[in-house]
Amino acid sequence: MTAQAQAEPGEAAVSGPGTMTFREAIRLALREEMARDEQVFVMGEEVGLFDGSYKVTSGLMDEFGPDRVRDTPISEEAFVGAGIGAAMIGERPVVEIMTLNFLLVAMDQVVNHAAKVGAMFGGEVRVPMVIRTPNGAGNQLTAQHSQSFDGWFAGTPGLKVLAPANPADARSLLKAAIRDDDPVLFIENLPIYKEKGEVDPGDDSIGEIGLAAIAREGSDLSIVSHSFATVRSLQAAEILEREHGYSVEVVDLRSLRPLDVATVADSVVKTNRALCVEEGWPSFGVTSEIAARIQKACFDDLDAPVERVGMAEVPLPYAKPLELAAMPGTDRIVAAAIATLEGAR
Amino acid sequence: MSESVTTEEPPVGTEERLSHYRSMVLSREFETAAERQYKAAKIGGYCHLSSGQEATSVGTVAGLDQDDYLVTGYRCHGFALARGVSAKAAMAELFGREDGCAHGRGGSMHLLDVEKKFYGGWGIVAGQLPIATGIALGIVRQGRSQAVLCELGEGAVNMGAWHESLNLAALWDLPVVFLVVNNSYGMGTSVDRASAEPEIFRRAAAHRMHGERVDGNDLDEVIEASRRLLDRARLDRRPAVIEAVTYRYRGHSVADAGLAYRSKEEIADWSEGRDPIARQRLRLQESGVTVEDLEAIEDEARSEVEAAVEHAAASAEPSVDQLAHGMYAPGSAAQFERMRPGSPFGEEALTFDAGLGA
Repeated sequence: MTAQAQAEPGEAAVSGPGTMTFREAIRLALREEMARDEQVFVMGEEVGLFDGSYKVTSGLMDEFGPDRVRDTPISEEAFVGAGIGAAMIGERPVVEIMTLNFLLVAMDQVVNHAAKVGAMFGGEVRVPMVIRTPNGAGNQLTAQHSQSFDGWFAGTPGLKVLAPANPADARSLLKAAIRDDDPVLFIENLPIYKEKGEVDPGDDSIGEIGLAAIAREGSDLSIVSHSFATVRSLQAAEILEREHGYSVEVVDLRSLRPLDVATVADSVVKTNRALCVEEGWPSFGVTSEIAARIQKACFDDLDAPVERVGMAEVPLPYAKPLELAAMPGTDRIVAAAIATLEGAR
Repeated sequence: MSESVTTEEPPVGTEERLSHYRSMVLSREFETAAERQYKAAKIGGYCHLSSGQEATSVGTVAGLDQDDYLVTGYRCHGFALARGVSAKAAMAELFGREDGCAHGRGGSMHLLDVEKKFYGGWGIVAGQLPIATGIALGIVRQGRSQAVLCELGEGAVNMGAWHESLNLAALWDLPVVFLVVNNSYGMGTSVDRASAEPEIFRRAAAHRMHGERVDGNDLDEVIEASRRLLDRARLDRRPAVIEAVTYRYRGHSVADAGLAYRSKEEIADWSEGRDPIARQRLRLQESGVTVEDLEAIEDEARSEVEAAVEHAAASAEPSVDQLAHGMYAPGSAAQFERMRPGSPFGEEALTFDAGLGA
């Protein structure tokens, strides 16, 4: 396991006024929430002295000290569980897992414990904890480090799962997650860390959990996606308009559980066509759920079958051409969109 | 058997000793009633009884201050009662009733009482260890003088969570005492067949942590050790392991006769020769407590359990229109409102309208 820092030299300096990277937006939210509430603390592998595996927590240990930016041994099961225990007595831990792949060794704590506390104990105790972790692929990190299990967690009652796609949402939704009284899995993404966007540091508003966004308006087709798949979908929509003359709407889910089906349905009712895109394997995935919801909520409005694009269903190979072929890249999204729009299948 | 020094004098006053005796008898009577009610189909699911282990549960809980925390595995009835959870609330929980300490949502394995700082009753072997470790971390962060007692069975020590939790507790100087209830069998697998180091307390040394073994059927010895180690955790922020050697008379759960992997002679050797309640009864008699007084205590405990069963049977079952109660924090309903369209058949009525985040 190696996690190579992806912070680029001078990254912060490149950001213009009001612009920051996704990574900086997460850091800003953490800093703001830690300054606001003493109970908020960060815990995870390499979050402190190392400055964060992906530099998200860079500088926070200097600012808040080693007690509130707590380095852990490589013991995901123990420190995820420790987050649950601390949260049960009123702390607000933000646990960082180096990548979503490593959360699998703490699956028991997430699914069998954190997700169960509220219901199983009759609502007598709560777990106000956030688990932050990036998923994603594309840097030849290969089979064990390139997976997106968003759907596994989003399919677990008792959890809330957020997966924003731009810096402003990352900041406002992380703040919402930290203030929420339930366990929240906050899914980030490796390539998305360097995406830039407008963030107004003066606007301290808190994101709304369970509310999707129309990331781009259009009338011919609705692309429904989350996290980095939304970035790709926006690029695809641009190409579809420029090169093919289609007006494509992009619905950015932002929140997977709760899932804002209402916004998705409103969009599909308008466009009559839907393409669901995700970074994970589509079988039994997030797109399976979205497609099922659309066919039920919008049956009479559909002019074409709901289409899906995701990771090719293989363990991700190392060799670059193979990796590229497997990824749900912009070209595949464009091709799927045209098939849905023009009826070729 | 003891690795620790036992005191010459009884460690506690007579009133307290009688209270502990009462607690042990209450636990035994509760388990006996629970087995009867399970067989009468009033209790469902798994039901893990702790008859024979009363000195361990009562003795270790006696070492807790009122402000300390208790976390256990699924064999939790005796610990809950010793911590002061009412027999009525515990039995109602076993019956799956609204008056249960988890409002009928948890059952036998998931008792809890936040007011008594008893944070569950957990069902996955060793899963409670990281959580107890985290409560200890929370205590340190809050700057409080408290300790956590984390119970586990000896079968749990071959899980990764045991190793990871002990390491974290020792590395961070957390005020948690891990109580290993060694009743010789993890379900039907004996310690010798499961543990390369069957003297469990020695494993603490791998984390430079103090570990010791006590006779888990000797109430006074258990109280002395747990009080000493919990004080040390609370005051000096040093974690520890106590291994209490005891025996469960019944099977792993009510569904297990407990005879496939052990002999009747072995069970009799423990239940007739080393019973913790009989042992303490004799001690109390020797120190001048009359048989009448002891019988009065026993009658009282029996009556309390009978009343608990009556209370449980009379308590209302949870309403189906509260199916999703407690799953999400109050106020979450609005977050989920936009999830309704396209829901699976019946889901809106089953969850959204049934207390989800209300």
